[in-house]
Amino acid sequence: MLRYMVKKLLSLAVSLVVASAVIFLALEVVPGDPAANMLGINAQEETLAALREELGLDRGPVARYADWVGGMLVGDFGTSYTYRTPVSEMIADRVVVSLPLALYALALSTLVAIPAGIWAAARRGSGVDLGVMGLTQLGVAIPNFWFAMLMVLIFAINLRWFSAGGFAGWDAGVGPAMHSLTLPAVALALPQAAILTRVMRSALLDTLGEDFIRTARAKGLTRGQTLWRHALRNALIPVLTIIGLQFSFLIAGAIIIENVFFLPGLGRLVFQAISARDLIVVESVVMLLVFAVIMVNFVVDLTYAAVDPRLRRSR
Amino acid sequence: MTLLRIDKLDMNVHGLPILREVSLAVAAGQIVGVIGESGSGKSMTALSVMQLLPRGAHCTGRITLAGQEVLTLSEPALCRVRGRDAGMVFQEPMTALNPLQTIGAQVAETILVHERVTRAEAMERAADALTRAELPPGRFPMSRYPHELSGGQRQRVVIAMAIALRPKLLIADEPTTALDVITQAEILDLLKRLVREEGMGLMLISHDLAVVADMADEIVIMRDGEVVESGAAGWLLDNMRHPYSRALLAASSHQPERPVEAPSDVLLDVRGVVRDYAIRRKGWWGGDGAFRAVNDVSFQLRKGESLGLVGESGCGKSTLTRAILGLESVQGGEIRAFGHSVGRGFPNALRAGIQVVFQDPYGSFNPRWKVARLVAEPFHLMAARPDDWRDRVARVLTDVGMEPDAMDRYIHEFSGGQRQRIAIARALILRPEILILDEAVSALDVSIRAQILDLLARLQGEYGLSYLFISHDLSVVQSITDRVLVMQAGEIVEQGETAQVFDAPQHDYTRKLIAAAPRLATEAERKA
Amino acid sequence: MSARDAILAAARGRSLLVGALLTLVFTGAALVSLAWTPYDITALDIANKMTLPAPAHPLGTDHFGRDILSMIMVGARTSIAVALVAVGIGMGLGVPLGLAAAAHKGSLLDEVIMRGNDLVFAFPALLIAIMITAVFGASAVNAIIAIGIFNIPVFARLTRSGALSLWTRDYVLAARVAGKGAARISVEHILPNVTNLLIVQGTIQFSLGILAEAGLSYVGLGAQPPTPSWGRMLADSQTMISLAPHMTIFPGMAILLTVLGLNLTGDGLRDLLDPQLRRAGR
Repeated sequence: MLRYMVKKLLSLAVSLVVASAVIFLALEVVPGDPAANMLGINAQEETLAALREELGLDRGPVARYADWVGGMLVGDFGTSYTYRTPVSEMIADRVVVSLPLALYALALSTLVAIPAGIWAAARRGSGVDLGVMGLTQLGVAIPNFWFAMLMVLIFAINLRWFSAGGFAGWDAGVGPAMHSLTLPAVALALPQAAILTRVMRSALLDTLGEDFIRTARAKGLTRGQTLWRHALRNALIPVLTIIGLQFSFLIAGAIIIENVFFLPGLGRLVFQAISARDLIVVESVVMLLVFAVIMVNFVVDLTYAAVDPRLRRSR
Repeated sequence: MTLLRIDKLDMNVHGLPILREVSLAVAAGQIVGVIGESGSGKSMTALSVMQLLPRGAHCTGRITLAGQEVLTLSEPALCRVRGRDAGMVFQEPMTALNPLQTIGAQVAETILVHERVTRAEAMERAADALTRAELPPGRFPMSRYPHELSGGQRQRVVIAMAIALRPKLLIADEPTTALDVITQAEILDLLKRLVREEGMGLMLISHDLAVVADMADEIVIMRDGEVVESGAAGWLLDNMRHPYSRALLAASSHQPERPVEAPSDVLLDVRGVVRDYAIRRKGWWGGDGAFRAVNDVSFQLRKGESLGLVGESGCGKSTLTRAILGLESVQGGEIRAFGHSVGRGFPNALRAGIQVVFQDPYGSFNPRWKVARLVAEPFHLMAARPDDWRDRVARVLTDVGMEPDAMDRYIHEFSGGQRQRIAIARALILRPEILILDEAVSALDVSIRAQILDLLARLQGEYGLSYLFISHDLSVVQSITDRVLVMQAGEIVEQGETAQVFDAPQHDYTRKLIAAAPRLATEAERKA
Repeated sequence: MSARDAILAAARGRSLLVGALLTLVFTGAALVSLAWTPYDITALDIANKMTLPAPAHPLGTDHFGRDILSMIMVGARTSIAVALVAVGIGMGLGVPLGLAAAAHKGSLLDEVIMRGNDLVFAFPALLIAIMITAVFGASAVNAIIAIGIFNIPVFARLTRSGALSLWTRDYVLAARVAGKGAARISVEHILPNVTNLLIVQGTIQFSLGILAEAGLSYVGLGAQPPTPSWGRMLADSQTMISLAPHMTIFPGMAILLTVLGLNLTGDGLRDLLDPQLRRAGR
């Protein structure tokens, strides 16, 4: 177990280093002169020189990379060129919207998908199964931002149950804040729930075809008992993998969905930064999101070990 | 007293008939052996008793188990019967256990589903069941997971689960087919002892007549979903009437006729060969370990000779085969063929002289190629494919007993036995001098196996071949080789003339192997 | 065969039919748009802006009076081209990488390829697009590259895992005995036996590509005006959603139906090819 964890920790560290290097290369080395890139073609030579000085471009890329990573380790993401405020503060303001949104969506999709997948698998071939599978087919095919727009049309504009956009803020209390995140979270969760339902169902059906299920039935367990006691935990392993992978899609999806609902999250921040050519902010936000994805997958790896004794063996 | 009576059982799956008028009976304390080749319906008969049939299966007829009409029972009533009145053991112990639960919990579950007892009490009785299955918790803690046990040990866990509630009937479906011969003998002994001590009835299903003949009181022979013949074991073997049963018996103790030729020059010379595999670090920050798969192996293969190599799975015989074929490097010693060292720089022309036939007739061919291209693949070893290659393929196909028009068909159109003939044709297309047969008949049904053995015996004379015959099956090796090597844990522990080794084994391990191998008594022995 | 199984089989059979039909309709529309569209999509007709569906404009007009049907036809071109090229990039690079990794399983090459794959998985296509756009500005090519890069590990992984199980087959051993090297075996024996897998995954990545392209153009990271694209049409419609809901509904339906069609085709192909694969390649 310890060995497995150390191995995973090592690979986590390597992933983070390589990912940060890739981001740094893409945004600060590939463009040649980031300062020129940020200021555009009409920039004054003095302004350019000042920005180069500010970005420390006179030093080599390795030193700048080391500074950047070193800064992030202590929570210093640099200063936004356009807003003249520390990037870490801007991110902190936005994370409290984006992270709850992603988690809300993850919770919704998991809570819907796992029971639905189990239900469909337990009644394979029945009307229930066909119905659930048909719905997931639709759920997978719907572009979530379009689904979000339709929900705005129905629930905000026509029924007026929700506001069409904006964020109430956590100062207004948890209730109103969650209320304004509900439509975005549902939109975000829908395709993920559809995928997860399908994975849950097929993983469960695969497991139900295994030899040890027959052994369990030969002991006198009913179909239901074999499903709950033997099949489910085994089927959870592929499902966990998908949940881990989905987190990266949720993050990407959240960036788009925030646009539909005008939510002041990381997504809006990054688009503002792109139009302002504020590379520092883009770099930091991308790194943060990649960091989140890598961390989630690390946690999933650890969960495997909790579920599967074959990984726990201290070999 | 009759425990189980199956009476004119018909079964179909989605209307496709699988079983026809199957009748048999098992009494308390009795072992009934059900014999048949693949597709005979023997496993389906067993699953019918438990009513654990595939979806779409439908049974008619009568199955009476301990006074209950199985076919009229509701599903909840069947759940009460399974595990309590009848236990079942399956073929594949590696996958028969839930990988995520401890063995103790899995055995205790049988008790917990059927009786209102506390968990502690169930665990106590599970310990008892494991002890009866010769897996005492003192040595094999119940907190172990299946992956920490060997195949034979896992099969004991499955048996413990099946006998935990002391059922009246135990059904064992090929319980030892996936196991090595010594483990097989141990498991069969265990089953025999359990029947004797607990007065259970045992329905033992097997493809291997020798296994069943050794153990059973009654024998039932099945073919194509029907019972062909049945009767008391000792009597039936001498009084078979049905041609199929007789053919089965003949094939089971088949002795191919082989040309006798005085072996001459040494073709293959294996000297002190060592093959190590690097394994992952042992313990924490220790250095790399190594596993010695083949240790100081030496032997010679002479022209016209048939040499057997026997050993259990994992003894290193496959590694040795690959090394001889030049597919693996060796860490010590040397393999010389036709006077040259096998390995880097071994000329292709000489490589053509050593060919091989593998075990699995289904995995041996690229499903997307036609037979002509498959058989012609070894021509790659020649500078150019000869112009008359199709003629040569046709000729070699004829030689192995296939029609030449098989050339333009895909491999999935052929049966297992036909595929093995095609595999032999591929091996012979370059007219090699040495043919390595790596478990080449192990996956075949017994009647097909006899045909292939005959074919190999004939081809040896026609092609002037030397065979290296690798197998875990002693009876096959005994029937077709002149000399034999016995391999254990990477080493050759004994070698000599086949007859001599089998009659008077010198090494302990050889003795154990021979004693464990199920063997059909000869007619003379049965009479005695 | 029970009634239930018959229904299931029929549903499956029909899924391929419906899927192929939908796919054909939208590919057809994209091809036709090269030669003809009901209206010129660059012609503005402010007098007829935001008209509801009517015989003259079956799907209505947008806020500049452009015909929505024509725009959807041209948009199909963008979507399909972007997704198709992205699948091409993914297959073209991913399949050889996967084959190489499997052929040298456990080697440094395998390790590097697989770790590289893991890394790319941490960058959703959107993040790649954001980075490219931040440096080079937005364009449809960015979308292709971003989606294409994300496709590479998908195909590499699939190819590797399919190939690994094939490398244990005896026919590979037989080919090695016949003196064939890893590259030759990969091409002659492995690749033909993973094509079914690749076809099915290709359809799925194609549909995911269409979704991703729509998302990217919606947030302005994909095709730029005047190139019409479904995502941009939706972005333009957003502020007018309460006035002209048809501007939102039809482009979204186009995306939904195309993706649905491709997914149904993929599922149908899987059912069609899988049993064959299982029977032949066991």
